[in-house]
Amino acid sequence: MPTTITLSVNGRPVTRTVESRTLLVQLLREHLGLTGTHVGCDTCQCGACVVHLNGRSVKSCAVLAVQADGAEVATIEGLAAADGTLHPMQEAFRKHHGLQCGFCTPGMVMSAIDLVRRHPTPTERQVRTELEGNLCRCTGYHNIVRAVLSGAETMRGAGDPGAAAAAD
Amino acid sequence: MATVNGIGAAVTRREDQRFLTGRGTYTDDINRPGQAYAVFVRSPHAHARVAAIDTAAAEAAPGVIAVLTGRELAADGIGGLPCGWQVHSKDGTPMIEPAHPPLALDTVHHVGDQVAVVIAETREAARDAAELVEVDWDELPAVVDATAALAEDAATVHEAAPGNICFDWHLGDAVAVDAAFAQAAHVTRLELVNTRLVPNAIEPRAAIGEYDVATGEHTLYTSSQNPHVIRLLMGAFVLKIPEHKLRVVAPDVGGGFGSKIFHYAEEAVVTWAARRIGRPVKWTADRSESFLTDAHGRDHVTEAALALDADGRFLGLKVSTVANMGAYLSTFAPSIPTYLYATLLAGQYRTPAIYAEVKAVFTNTAPVDAYRGAGRPEACYVVERLVETAARELGIDRAEIRRRNFIPASEMPYATPVALEYDCGDFAANLDRALPQADYDGFAARAAESARRGRLRGIGFATYIEACGIAPSNVAGALGARAGLYESAEVRFHPTGSVSVFTGSHSHGQGHETTFAQIVADRFGLALDQIDIVHGDTARVPFGMGTYGSRSLAVGGSALVKAMDKVEAKAKKIAAHMLEAAESDIEVKAGQFTVVGTDKSLGIAEIAGSAYVPHRFPLDELEPGLDEQAFYDPKNFTYPNGCHVCEVEIDPDTGVVTLVAFTVADDFGRVINPLVVEGQVHGGLVQGIGQALLEHCHYDPTTGQLLTGAYTDYAMPRASDVPSFRVDWHEDVPCTHNPLGVKGCGEAGTIGAAAAVMNAVIDALASRGIRHLDMPATPHRVWQALRDAAVRPAA
Ligand code: FES
Ligand code: FES
Repeated sequence: MPTTITLSVNGRPVTRTVESRTLLVQLLREHLGLTGTHVGCDTCQCGACVVHLNGRSVKSCAVLAVQADGAEVATIEGLAAADGTLHPMQEAFRKHHGLQCGFCTPGMVMSAIDLVRRHPTPTERQVRTELEGNLCRCTGYHNIVRAVLSGAETMRGAGDPGAAAAAD
Repeated sequence: MATVNGIGAAVTRREDQRFLTGRGTYTDDINRPGQAYAVFVRSPHAHARVAAIDTAAAEAAPGVIAVLTGRELAADGIGGLPCGWQVHSKDGTPMIEPAHPPLALDTVHHVGDQVAVVIAETREAARDAAELVEVDWDELPAVVDATAALAEDAATVHEAAPGNICFDWHLGDAVAVDAAFAQAAHVTRLELVNTRLVPNAIEPRAAIGEYDVATGEHTLYTSSQNPHVIRLLMGAFVLKIPEHKLRVVAPDVGGGFGSKIFHYAEEAVVTWAARRIGRPVKWTADRSESFLTDAHGRDHVTEAALALDADGRFLGLKVSTVANMGAYLSTFAPSIPTYLYATLLAGQYRTPAIYAEVKAVFTNTAPVDAYRGAGRPEACYVVERLVETAARELGIDRAEIRRRNFIPASEMPYATPVALEYDCGDFAANLDRALPQADYDGFAARAAESARRGRLRGIGFATYIEACGIAPSNVAGALGARAGLYESAEVRFHPTGSVSVFTGSHSHGQGHETTFAQIVADRFGLALDQIDIVHGDTARVPFGMGTYGSRSLAVGGSALVKAMDKVEAKAKKIAAHMLEAAESDIEVKAGQFTVVGTDKSLGIAEIAGSAYVPHRFPLDELEPGLDEQAFYDPKNFTYPNGCHVCEVEIDPDTGVVTLVAFTVADDFGRVINPLVVEGQVHGGLVQGIGQALLEHCHYDPTTGQLLTGAYTDYAMPRASDVPSFRVDWHEDVPCTHNPLGVKGCGEAGTIGAAAAVMNAVIDALASRGIRHLDMPATPHRVWQALRDAAVRPAA
C-alpha cells in the first residue's frame, strides 16, 4: 500500500510516496538518486548500504522506507562540507589508502564514524571487531583499520565532527 | 624523480574523492531514460530437461513488457557464448566445447542456469512476474564433484563430452621425470584439494543494454574488467553486431578479481532485448545470483610427487590434476589449469624434470575460470606444500631446503622444463629479507611460550613466482589463445598543455587514474591535475585488452611509454623548428626541450600550443597536432616473485587457528606508487588467507544445490579474521624487457598466501602427528584432525 513519508536526508526535508515494501536503500538510491549508498548483498551481511538513522549506523537494506518516516537520515553524500572539504574519516581513508574499488567505502566510512561515536579511542582489535558487519574484498582491511584509527584521532582532536554529521 | 608526483611517489589516489563522497558511478548507479528492468528465470535444478515454458501468466502480470526465452533468441539467430582459449588434448584432439546459449534452450546444466528473462516497468514487477513463469522441468541426474564426474557410472553433463572430459592435456617430459624418480633417495607424495572459491567482488554484476533506432547503435554498460573483449566476443560471436555499432562502457567497477573478465549471458540478453523492445533494459544481480552465476575459481584435485636426492635437492616433479570446468566453458577457462598452472610448477626452483597432466571435466556447477592468481596459486600450493613436507620428512630446515634448490640469480635468464623463460629474479634475496622480519630465529622461543599456554604454534613459508602479462600474442596464439594480448594507449596533448591519456587497461580498484598519471607526470614534468586518464569506454579508448593477470602496468604501462615516446619524438622536431636548431641539438628533460649549451628552451605546453596553432611549425615535414597512439605486445611474461612467512597459533581444544603474524618480501620490479602496491598486496593476502582458513564453495554432491550461496554460509574474511601485515619489497631486479622495469603486483598476495598459511597450520600440528590437512583449516577440521590423530596408533 503506498504511503507518504517525510524525513530529513542529509539535513534536507524530503517527502515521497513509497510502497510498504520499499527499502530505505531503495528510497535513497532509486527515489532520491543518492547512489553513494550501495547494495552488495541480499542477506544484510555486507554493510555496503550503511547509513545513519537518527545518528546511528543502520544497514539501509534492512530498514523499510516507512520506518524512516520522521527520521533524520545521513548518507555518504552528506558528509563532506559544502566546499568539498572531506570529513576527517573520509580524509583518513584517502590518506591511508583505505579504499580500492570504492564499492564498500561509503558503508565503511559511515560505520567507522558511528564506531568512533561509541568508542572515541578504539584499539585496533576493537576496530576489527566493530567492522565485522562490513565486507571489503579489495583492501584486506589493513589500511581500513589504519584509516579508522587515524580518523578517530582527528575526530577527537576536532571535537568529534562525526557526531555532528551523524546527527544533522 | 622528475616531479614529486612522479614514478615512485606515494601519491594518494585521485579517484578517491569521488568514491569517498558517494559520487562514483557504478553500473547500477546509471539510469537511462525510459529504462525497463530485467529479471532472469533460473533453474532450481542442477541438471534438467526443459519440457515446456509457459509464459502466459507472467506476460499478463502488471507492468510486464516482455517475457523472452531461448526460442526467441534462436529465432533471432543469436549465437552461443564463445570460449576464448582452445586447448588440445595429449592426442592432439581439440577440447570439447559444448554449446552455451545465453538462455538455455532444452537443457539446463547447473543451478542458476537461465531459461527466460522477464522485462517490466519496475524491478519489483519483473521479479513478481518471474515467479509466474512456469517451467516444466524433467530432472536429470547430476554430478558436481570433478573426480566423481570421471567415474564410469557418473551422470553425463553434456552428450558432446563422453566421460565428462573436456580435455586431457599434459606438459613436460614424462620420461625424464620417471628417470629422476628412479634414482631418487626420497619421494614426497601429497594428495591435495584446491577448494572451489567464489570471487565475490562486492559490487554484484550489472548490465544495461540500450539501442538507438535512429543510428542503429547499441550500447552496453557493464561491470567488466575489459570492455573491448566484451565488445569483440558479444558483437562478433553472439549478437553479430559490427564494432562500429556497438559501444561497451565499463564505468566504475566495484572489484573484479577475474570474475568480471568474462562475457556473461546477461550482457548479451539485455543488449538484444533492448533492441527488441525498443527501450533500455537494466539488470543488476542479487548477491544470490552472483553466487550462482559468477564464474568460480580453483577447484582442483591433485596428486603430486617430488623426487629428491639425499641432500634434499629436487630431482623431479610429477603432478596429476583433475580440474573442474563447471557446466560450460567460461571465456578463458581452459587456459587456467593448463598454461597458467602447469607452466608455474617449477616455482623458484631448479627442478630439472617436471611432468604435469591435467584432466579438465564438466560438472553440473557454475563455470570455473580465472580468479585472482588464476592457476598460479594452485601451482604454488602444489609446489610449496610438497617442499615443506619434504623438508620435514628429511629433517632439513625449511628455509635451507629452499635455499639449496633456488635458481640462483646468476643463472638468469633461466629456461624451466615447463616452457617458461624467467628473465630475472633473486629468490634468495627475498628469503634473506623475509627471515629477519619474521624473526625466524626467535620462532622456537615463541613456540615454547605458546606451548606453556597449551597452544600449538607453527610457522610456514611459501615462495612464489608468477607469470604476468601473458604474451607475446603470437606465442599465446600458438598455445590456443583466440585473442591478442597486447595493450593500447593514446596520449593526447591539448593546445594549452593539458593531457588526456586513453588506455585499454581498466581500473576496478587498482588506481590507474593515479599511477598512470604519475608515469605521464614524470615524463613530461606535469602536475597530476593536468592529466586525465580515460578508460573503460570502447567509444573513447583504442582497442585494448583490459585488466587481468596483473597486466595493467607491465603491458598497459608499456604501451603508455611507447605513446609518450612518439609524442616526445614529434615534440622534439617541433621544438627544433621553433628554436631554429638542429633536432640533434635538442636535449629533452621532463617535458623541457632545450638547445644544448644554451638557455633557449621550450616547455611541452608551448610546443603543444604550436602543434594545434601551427604558425611556427614545420608543416612541410609534420602534421599538426600532438596526439599519438601505441600498441605494445610484450616480448615475454613478467615474473613477480617473493617469499611469504606466516605464523599461526592453534588452540587444540577448539581447533581455532589464529594468524599471529604475516610477513611478505616481494620483488615487483620497479614500483610506481608504493601506497597502491602495498594495498594490492594486502588485498591479495586476505583472499589467499580466506581460502586457507575460511572460504569454501560447496555444492550438495547429490542434488547439485549450492549450499554456500549467501554470505551467511560462505565465509568471507572479515576485518576481525586477519592481522595487520608486514609487507616489504626491493626494486633491485627490474624486469628486463619492458621500458618501466615493472612486473605487476595484483595477484602476488593471493598466490603465496594460501600455501604459507597451510604450511604454518601443518607445522603447528606436526608435533601431533598430522602431516596433511585440506583447506579451509576451519576450527572443526583442525579439531577433528587432532582428535583423529590422538586415537591413531603411532606409525
Ligand atoms: S546491502 Fe549488504 S548489508 Fe545491506
Ligand atoms: S574497496 Fe573494493 S570492496 Fe572495499
